[in-house]
Amino acid sequence: MKNPVIPRTVLEARNLSIHYGDSAAVSGVSLKIPEREVLAIIGPSGCGKSTLLRSFNRMNDFIDSCRFEGELLFEGVNIYGPNIDPVELRQRIGMVFQRPNPFPKSIRANITWAPRMAGYLGDYDELVERTLREAALWDESKDKLDKSALSLSGGQQQRLCIARSLAMSPEVLLMDEPCSALDPIATGKIEELIRGLREQYTVVIVTHNLQQAGRISDRTAFMYQGDLIEIDQTDRLFTQPAKKKTEDYITGRFG
Amino acid sequence: MNRSQHFQDRFTQRHRKDRLFKSLTKVAMSIGFIALAILLTGILIEGLPWLSWDFLDRYPSRTPSKAGFKAAFWGSLWVIGLTTLMTVPIGVAGAVYLEEYSAKGRFAKFIELLISNLAGVPSILYGMLGLIAFVRMFQPTTDPTTFLGIQVPFGRSVLAGTCTLSLLVLPVLTIASREALKAVPDSLRLAAFGLGATRWQCVRHHVLPSAAPGILTGVVLSISRALGETAPLVMMGALTYVAFTPSTVYDPFTAMPIQIFNWASRPQPEFQSVAAAGIIVLLAVLLGMNAVVVLLRNRAERSKAA
Amino acid sequence: MRSLRESCIRHGLLTSASISILTSFGILFILIKESLPFFEDVSPWEFLTGTNWAPLMVPRDYGVIPLVVGTLLVTGVAALIVIPVGSLAAMYLSEYASSRARRILKPTLEVLAGIPTVVYGYFAITVVTPALRAVIPGVEVFNALSAGIVVAVMIIPTVASLSDDAMRSVPNALREAAFGLGATQKEVTVGVVYPGAISGVMAAYVLAIGRALGETMIVTMAAGSTPLLTLNPLDSVQTMTGYIVQVSLGDTPAGTPGYMSIFAVGLLLFVITLSLNLFRIWIQRRYVRYDT
Repeated sequence: MKNPVIPRTVLEARNLSIHYGDSAAVSGVSLKIPEREVLAIIGPSGCGKSTLLRSFNRMNDFIDSCRFEGELLFEGVNIYGPNIDPVELRQRIGMVFQRPNPFPKSIRANITWAPRMAGYLGDYDELVERTLREAALWDESKDKLDKSALSLSGGQQQRLCIARSLAMSPEVLLMDEPCSALDPIATGKIEELIRGLREQYTVVIVTHNLQQAGRISDRTAFMYQGDLIEIDQTDRLFTQPAKKKTEDYITGRFG
Repeated sequence: MNRSQHFQDRFTQRHRKDRLFKSLTKVAMSIGFIALAILLTGILIEGLPWLSWDFLDRYPSRTPSKAGFKAAFWGSLWVIGLTTLMTVPIGVAGAVYLEEYSAKGRFAKFIELLISNLAGVPSILYGMLGLIAFVRMFQPTTDPTTFLGIQVPFGRSVLAGTCTLSLLVLPVLTIASREALKAVPDSLRLAAFGLGATRWQCVRHHVLPSAAPGILTGVVLSISRALGETAPLVMMGALTYVAFTPSTVYDPFTAMPIQIFNWASRPQPEFQSVAAAGIIVLLAVLLGMNAVVVLLRNRAERSKAA
Repeated sequence: MRSLRESCIRHGLLTSASISILTSFGILFILIKESLPFFEDVSPWEFLTGTNWAPLMVPRDYGVIPLVVGTLLVTGVAALIVIPVGSLAAMYLSEYASSRARRILKPTLEVLAGIPTVVYGYFAITVVTPALRAVIPGVEVFNALSAGIVVAVMIIPTVASLSDDAMRSVPNALREAAFGLGATQKEVTVGVVYPGAISGVMAAYVLAIGRALGETMIVTMAAGSTPLLTLNPLDSVQTMTGYIVQVSLGDTPAGTPGYMSIFAVGLLLFVITLSLNLFRIWIQRRYVRYDT
């Protein structure tokens, strides 16, 4: 091994606060997410972890009462700055949601829809195959690409949603409790998939399944009531938490 | 931002399309409002100078300046009043049956299909039904005889008009009342049944009061429709020249929309203005009915909240 | 005692619900019965395929096609206007307007649906027709275009309001998915929301077209009473409903084939709207219901 490469920071929050009307959902969070890291954000329901995640690609823009303070940098540029196009930002920072939400179109159209809008110049068949393979769905779906995506099982639908995001070649993939609506077997497949994604993508995943965070992430952040309590290497956070609150949470004393 | 020029151009283009599209939807939205504004201002400008209390107190005339709306105004009130009396009990009862009694059986499904179709049958066909079934009662002439104390056939009378318009608006009222009943939470019904109420007691004391504001809206919607209907009345031959107000249900009548149609079809331009004055009265009555309902609904909702 | 009372009430309610059976079959029965004498004189084939409609002159001709084409011409003009305008307005209400704006705009737009058709007829002959004649050369005093435009205005709220309901029932998750992939608002609206609501939107279109087909006063007042076989919307045409009104206002004696012909035309209109209604009900029954 030669000199260790210091990984580039992709996403950085500087003293970020997010309010819905008068109530603070996220208060004063600062963190850095390096390239090709899987970061898990854990915490009890309502701790602000989803709000924080959604702010990374400006999905909170659709909520009128939502206000921001502080800075959120993507590749060193403030994404809430004046010249940022949220449409472009979301192409570079993809998102997978809590419940599988495929479009009521064919499997193929689910993948090609957004690249077509964006003006993708490559071969679409190749794109469909590549992303479905990356999402470990190719074998199950290659014979029915023109069937409705709604004919897939829940776990398959969620993998299709991941493939759909990958088709935009994002740099970061945000996942908002992607397995909470799935059974254990489907969850296992998705977790395996996420571990593979680390090769190419930066992944931020919100989960309230602690075992899941332990299995798939490099680092874990623990949030409580809008505050970032602790962020550390996953194995360290789970074995030697620095804060009492973290310890209480991971030992199941609350939440 | 390190993506290629191609995507940058695409973004510019996509955002331009996005803005253009948003403007298009706004334009489409405004078209209805612009049409409404032109229609109302046109009618007000044309009709207001001809409007006076006298206008409501005169019978029709060959001379535009002497033409009045009295027969049509009172004719409409008669027909609409009786139509309300006839449709409200039947329409609400039908809705109660379909929503609260029928166990989603075949019969109910069939009736649902018929009602849904009837709501889309052109009103002029109801006029044909009215002409044959009520005005003439399948007789070649309309010479009246008395049968069981009722004068039959009804002829071109208030009664025939009422029956025709009632059949026309019944589907509208039934559908609206069903929607109102559907909105009543099931927990209310379960609570009443749990206390040993019969189905009717449950409906009468719990479901109907809670659905009342919605049903009321349906009533006004359907009665407004009846008030503005022209084609079926023309079809069944409501008269266009009537110089008296009805005093019994067997009297012939005219109605506001018919009188407006008659005036608007005349060649003299003054009659167009008289028609506009008539339209103002008709729209004012419609507006008044709707306003009363909004007030009643607000009061009902406030008393429920209290 | 209690059960007797309940049973009486039940039957009373059932009777009320059954009036619709009476009305439905009453209309059908009367139209068939009254048009039978007409079809003794004129064969249904001649009626349905003839291209000349001249029931009131000698030699008489009873080819209904000009009336059908007249009806379709007015309806076609209305549909060409209302489908884009109504759908775009619905997209504005459902995807662009704030919920406050929507609460005000939608009921105001629905006012248009509550205006009596005779008022629209007046609007057509006093405002729209003169305006068209001032702008386009060759527009006749009575013409299909003016009637079509005004019928379109009348049915805008039907299309806009029902399509808005359908589009708003498309779950937010689909919008989020599309935005999350970097789509613009327009791409989300046209590419995801509209197709997602298509069955509801189609039902709205069909309902509106049915209204246009059966609309009577506007076409009677604005489209004219010349049963010409033409596809030029600037010409005067006569619709099926317009013909029925013309005869019932005139002095054609009851019992003559000329008079009976209105029931044959009415029967045809009933069959057309019945098929449209069944089509609409069929679309609505297979409406995709989202359960998220």
